[in-house]
Amino acid sequence: MTNTSMTTREKVEHSMKRRRAAESRFRLYGMASVLFGLLCLVVLFGDILSKGGSAFTQTFIETEIQLDGDYLGLDASSSDQDVRNANFSGLVKKHFRAMVNPDGRKERRQLYSLISAGAAWQLQSEVIADRSLIGSSLRIDLLADDDVDQWFKHDRGHEGEHSRLSELQLQWLNTWVDEGALKTRFNTRFFTNGDSREPELAGIHGAIKGTFLTLLVTFLLSFPIGVAAAIYLEEFAPKNKITEFVEININNLAAVPSITFGLLGLAIFINIFGVARSTPLVGGLVLTLMTLPTIIISGRAAIKAVPPSIREAAFGLGASKMQVVFHHVLPLALPGMLTGTIIGMAQALGETAPLLMIGMVAFVVDVPGFINDPSTVLPVQIFLWSDSPERAFTERTSGAIIVLLGFLIVMNTAAVMLRRRLERRW
Amino acid sequence: MKKALLTGAAVLASVMSVGAHAERDYISIVGSSTVYPFSTVVAERFGKSTNFRTPKVESTGSGGGLKLFCSGVGDATPDITNASRAIKQSEIDLCAENGVKDIIEVTIGFDGIAFANSTESPQLKLTLKDMYLALAKMVPATDGSETLVENPYKTWKDVNPALPNKKIEVLGPPPTSGTRDAFAELAMEGGCKTFPFIKAMKKTDKSKYKAVCHAVREDGAYIEAGENDNLIVQKLVANPDAFGIFGFSFLEQNEDKVQGSVVNGKLPTFDNIAEGAYPISRSLYFYVKKAHVGVIPGIEEYLAEFTSERAMGEDGYLADKGMIPLTEDAYNEVVSAVKSLKPMAVK
Repeated sequence: MTNTSMTTREKVEHSMKRRRAAESRFRLYGMASVLFGLLCLVVLFGDILSKGGSAFTQTFIETEIQLDGDYLGLDASSSDQDVRNANFSGLVKKHFRAMVNPDGRKERRQLYSLISAGAAWQLQSEVIADRSLIGSSLRIDLLADDDVDQWFKHDRGHEGEHSRLSELQLQWLNTWVDEGALKTRFNTRFFTNGDSREPELAGIHGAIKGTFLTLLVTFLLSFPIGVAAAIYLEEFAPKNKITEFVEININNLAAVPSITFGLLGLAIFINIFGVARSTPLVGGLVLTLMTLPTIIISGRAAIKAVPPSIREAAFGLGASKMQVVFHHVLPLALPGMLTGTIIGMAQALGETAPLLMIGMVAFVVDVPGFINDPSTVLPVQIFLWSDSPERAFTERTSGAIIVLLGFLIVMNTAAVMLRRRLERRW
Repeated sequence: MKKALLTGAAVLASVMSVGAHAERDYISIVGSSTVYPFSTVVAERFGKSTNFRTPKVESTGSGGGLKLFCSGVGDATPDITNASRAIKQSEIDLCAENGVKDIIEVTIGFDGIAFANSTESPQLKLTLKDMYLALAKMVPATDGSETLVENPYKTWKDVNPALPNKKIEVLGPPPTSGTRDAFAELAMEGGCKTFPFIKAMKKTDKSKYKAVCHAVREDGAYIEAGENDNLIVQKLVANPDAFGIFGFSFLEQNEDKVQGSVVNGKLPTFDNIAEGAYPISRSLYFYVKKAHVGVIPGIEEYLAEFTSERAMGEDGYLADKGMIPLTEDAYNEVVSAVKSLKPMAVK
């Protein structure tokens, strides 16, 4: 044998090194892309968690305040409307004036700006709940203003020269800190209040309720319609040009930018049918249009995955077409359909663009009670807060994002679990 | 299954009719994103201190708000629209066409537009002419002849030798924004008018005058940064050489991060804007549909709250939120006009 020609075996051995190298290179590429994705996720979560974590605590000023019935013009028999009209904010101002004795109008204004406008409403709601408090002194944690809150949580100890609080205000605050009056507590208002223009009062309850109602409408509409459409197209519809055309267009619809559905909703539901703007009802209708294609496509895939042998066995036992579909195919396809529905709903949960057109990007303080009350949804709330001038809204924006991400993770996990548990392999 | 579907459909049908025909028992407000922060504060306080429901406030932009407002009378249309500019004649006509006849105009105060940079950089002293030359698409030729050329200036020093040798880089709102309209009208046109031959153009060729004075350069020196003013502030912090254009309330909230430039010798401060000394400031308004007063509950009370001393007054809570209050005479006039629900004079 000479060196000039190689046997097949030698050729293979020769190329082995190159082929192995190609394989390990490809593995490296793959690992790098997975790592890159994970890194992005870690950076995103880290940023949001580090910014938004502090939204869940709130600064309070603990104080003992005299609920002076003469000053408020109230007594034990006052009506709720009287209590609403009473000058609680004057009482709060008077109380703090007596505490630190500010000198002149300018200093008084500086003092008042340390306490939230919500402090007066806190007292008001205490009195509405219990009229016997009038005339007594009440030990209560009053809400601090958002500037104080931000200072206490973040800037204390390293104030720059540009701080939003003045020397005098810092002096007052530091005495309160020394007395132990200033403290942070869990921010329950963030979960129980509707939107507010005062960051310390703003909460996501209204947005969560709005989201829930909107998704409820979406689910009630899109699931039955989507499932019915999927069953018809897969099991009953004749295969011809028309159904092919419908099929192509459903796939197209799934790729249409969501704002287009908002415009459609505005034109049809609001302008023609006169559904009220800014309500979960119209929001749900628009999001139904958006989620329908996802549900139909996943529903058809789930029906297709049911093996023909099951259908044939049912037919063989004399079942009608209707019985075959509803007694055998549908129960087996349902887990897949539900997974598709949950994913579609999770998409709908994150939408703002279509809601912009139908007036759900709005300032709504009252928590919506039913689907015809004005409301917003979580992503819209995030959008609105991110555009607010007050600095304290930055952390609340991140706080709301954490909650939204929590919901999305729960929904997607539910989809995965459902698939795992109910999925059957043939 | 079938039964469930049927009941579902029945429930839906009934709900749809409820949604469509229920009488609205809350005030619906739309309009400018600049007035939104002020309007929402009033709405919230109004809801808390009265038995009425809290009004719903949508941020649609001045133009979008007026379009909705003028689309007709009835509870499907908004009762009040906010605007960061006065209503146009074309909009009054549109309103009239749709049966919206009596409109009450309420001037609420002023807003200043800041031209700001990071506090890490030196504060700039500009004139409106500098701003025009730095940002306009077409500027007078440098040789002094009365011709217009594409903007050749690359650095602030090119514009005015007294300014620093830094690249011109300005972040501002897109053309859809009311802030951009006001900036073009007050700052750019203000600087543009200082050239006599352009000023003369106003009489001979008004549309060309407007095109020359309002057009912003598109070669990358002016960067459209979206409607989110917080984003502009963050970008200015990250890039100390850049300037940003945004409303006074954002400047006030971020005093530790950004500073307003001196324009025509005046800083954008509360007092300077209130006195009208700072050149880039505008009036803010809202418009009320008189036909809805007494039909939708609470409109009169909302107007009373908005125009009350504790809201709109010199020391009111709107001033705390960054709105510049009216002078005392103007304020008294507004209060009396609102009390009598006097509609705008129709031309």
